[in-house]
Amino acid sequence: MSRVLLTGNGAAAWGARLARVDYVPAFPITPQTEIIESLASWIDGGEMRGRLVTLESEHSMLTAAGAAAATGVRVFSATSSQGLLYAMEMLYTVAGWRTPFVLVNVSRGLSAPITLEPDHNDVLAARDSGFLQIHCADCQEVLDSVLIAYRLAEDSRVRQPVLVNLDGFYLSFTREPVTVPGPDEVDDFLPAFDAESIAFRASAPESQAVAVLGGGPYSYFRYETHLALLNGLTVYDEVAADFAERFGRAHPAVEAYRCDDAEIVLLMMGSFATKARAAVDNLRDAGQRVGLLRPRLLRPFPAHSLVAQLVGKRGVAVIDQNISMGKGGVLHAEVASVLYGHKDAPLLVSFVGGLGGRDISPEEFFEMVKVVAAAAQRGEAPPPRLLYTEDELREIRKLQTLAHVERNSLGEG
Amino acid sequence: MYRIRFHGRGGQGMKTASRILGSALFAEGFEVQDAPRYGAERRGAPIFAYVRADRRPINERGIIRRPDLVVVADDTLIPVPAAGVLAGLDAYSVLLIHSHESADTWRRRLNTPARVLVLPLIEESADRADLPYVGAVCAGAAACLLGVISEDALATALRDELGPLGEAVVQRNLDKALAAYRQMVEVCGVVTEGREANAADYTPPEWISLAFEGANVSAPVIHAGLTSSAVKTGLWRTLRPVIDYDRCGRCWWVCSSLCPDGAIQVEEGRPTIDYDHCKGCLVCVAVCPPHAIEAQPERTAESLETPK
Ligand code: SF4
Ligand code: SF4
Repeated sequence: MSRVLLTGNGAAAWGARLARVDYVPAFPITPQTEIIESLASWIDGGEMRGRLVTLESEHSMLTAAGAAAATGVRVFSATSSQGLLYAMEMLYTVAGWRTPFVLVNVSRGLSAPITLEPDHNDVLAARDSGFLQIHCADCQEVLDSVLIAYRLAEDSRVRQPVLVNLDGFYLSFTREPVTVPGPDEVDDFLPAFDAESIAFRASAPESQAVAVLGGGPYSYFRYETHLALLNGLTVYDEVAADFAERFGRAHPAVEAYRCDDAEIVLLMMGSFATKARAAVDNLRDAGQRVGLLRPRLLRPFPAHSLVAQLVGKRGVAVIDQNISMGKGGVLHAEVASVLYGHKDAPLLVSFVGGLGGRDISPEEFFEMVKVVAAAAQRGEAPPPRLLYTEDELREIRKLQTLAHVERNSLGEG
Repeated sequence: MYRIRFHGRGGQGMKTASRILGSALFAEGFEVQDAPRYGAERRGAPIFAYVRADRRPINERGIIRRPDLVVVADDTLIPVPAAGVLAGLDAYSVLLIHSHESADTWRRRLNTPARVLVLPLIEESADRADLPYVGAVCAGAAACLLGVISEDALATALRDELGPLGEAVVQRNLDKALAAYRQMVEVCGVVTEGREANAADYTPPEWISLAFEGANVSAPVIHAGLTSSAVKTGLWRTLRPVIDYDRCGRCWWVCSSLCPDGAIQVEEGRPTIDYDHCKGCLVCVAVCPPHAIEAQPERTAESLETPK
């Protein structure tokens, strides 16, 4: 065990290395590339066993990952943003195959306009695919989550692929102290994959992922996958408890920070939630009863933990670093749906912020808490708010001038 | 918490500087966060890297708005607005400029509330993007200014970060870093930990509600050609190609068609270089058949320029 400075990408690679993965189908994309570069150099230098193959696209990469996992070997892969979307057809497909493996996604905003910095619309596009999703807030969590993810994926009550998400730049390129557990400790926690019935082999014919005609059989297979994901809630809690006992680091399905006596709660996912944590400390210093809830598991959705934490609070700022076009923040809708019908449910106020890596300042957290407190007092939520300032509008006006937008607005274009 | 920003050009080792300082603080028992900020830029373009250090776990992340220390590796970046070197400096901040001009000169020029210090340029390199030890030098000076890093911790950190490059490289960098550290001893510890945000007394954000605008305005479309000419990528240049017209054979199709940035214009067979947009890649220098294009360090070229 050693505590060293690692980037989020480095931590993800260490997770795969310690999990002793057998096969890594790979395709480079910013800001994920450092993960596969690290694995490639370790395998090349003989520091790590396993085989890394670069494929011609993310679509093929996911196909290879699913196919390899169907033979019962331990598979790891990583992608980001447009790459995840390019692989989307195969994400749904391999999840339907019921093959366990781990895919790391380094979040980056989606095109158009194209960008490099993070938000969660990429990973949320995979929300309904049948992958379980773990969302990380710091580099330590990235390493730990990869290990936890294999236990979760390979558990016979689940047997599904798991996606581990980390934010581009804010984690991928940021070094933080990370405790790298010793290989023996990890082997005890995560023994070699016992593939049981997963053994797709040459000369031993089996038809994977058959076609079904008619909605009856189709419904059966789809719903079974859903039930496998729901089992993931119990399995996750067991695995996280085992992890905490062995390694002394707790990664509950929902992080609750200073929530016990909180009246107002900030609720958000990913690395920006650590900014919210800092703001909670500042607000507590100023005598305000504020806490933070951060779902680490998005699929399966930890409804019970969230309800248990939220019922009885006065108000919640749900801060979505994503936007469902024509609806709004995804997390807001999900949280509202699980609170529906509960007596003493808190008032929810929806904020959308951090799109494309846009910063969220401490003052904005303070202001959100103020808005929520006032709304809870009135008993009525204000309309959803995009975190966007007058300065930012001035900046876009400048860019629009450079882009000759006025030609169009004057009808000359 | 200490919040430190390094500003330099792509290729000057700002990521290395942030990592050496980060590792040194970590070796001294601090919780640390360090990160470079890359964009789509390349060698010569302004980049920055940052370091946070605290005795407690660090929850803040991303860009540093209110730095306690800003280290500028390349003083030609200060007037470049896109570099944002002076952003967020206040009376509690320290600004350390790696420069051959005096601190007084910079104080007069900048009119910043920050305390201005100068780390004298040890050597002049031909290519600003290639100052060989600038990352290590900046990290060494910064380490002393913080006053919480010993020479030993600095040395260990530098070895950790540069070790893979071999002992000779480590030793040369270490000598320079320690020399820079010692140059700062009179102001050792001058940087203080910044204040934390105060939730009881803060300036609320000026949020606005975005209104609908038609797609003719709000789509991410550029409604004209050549708008990229407004971006003066010439600022990224560290070496300037200069044509010697006495030797130039007017084979303009060579240099003008091979310049990857289309920065060589031709009029009546005579090539001229558009220095607003020439990025200094020196492809033209390499391909010019009679060797009529010379690469001059930007600083030398600027000083030779006749005032307009
Ligand atoms: S390639 Fe050299 S010689 Fe030919 S036109 Fe260009 S500068 Fe002149
Ligand atoms: S150095 Fe020469 S080839 Fe390169 S951008 Fe400038 S003019 Fe073009």
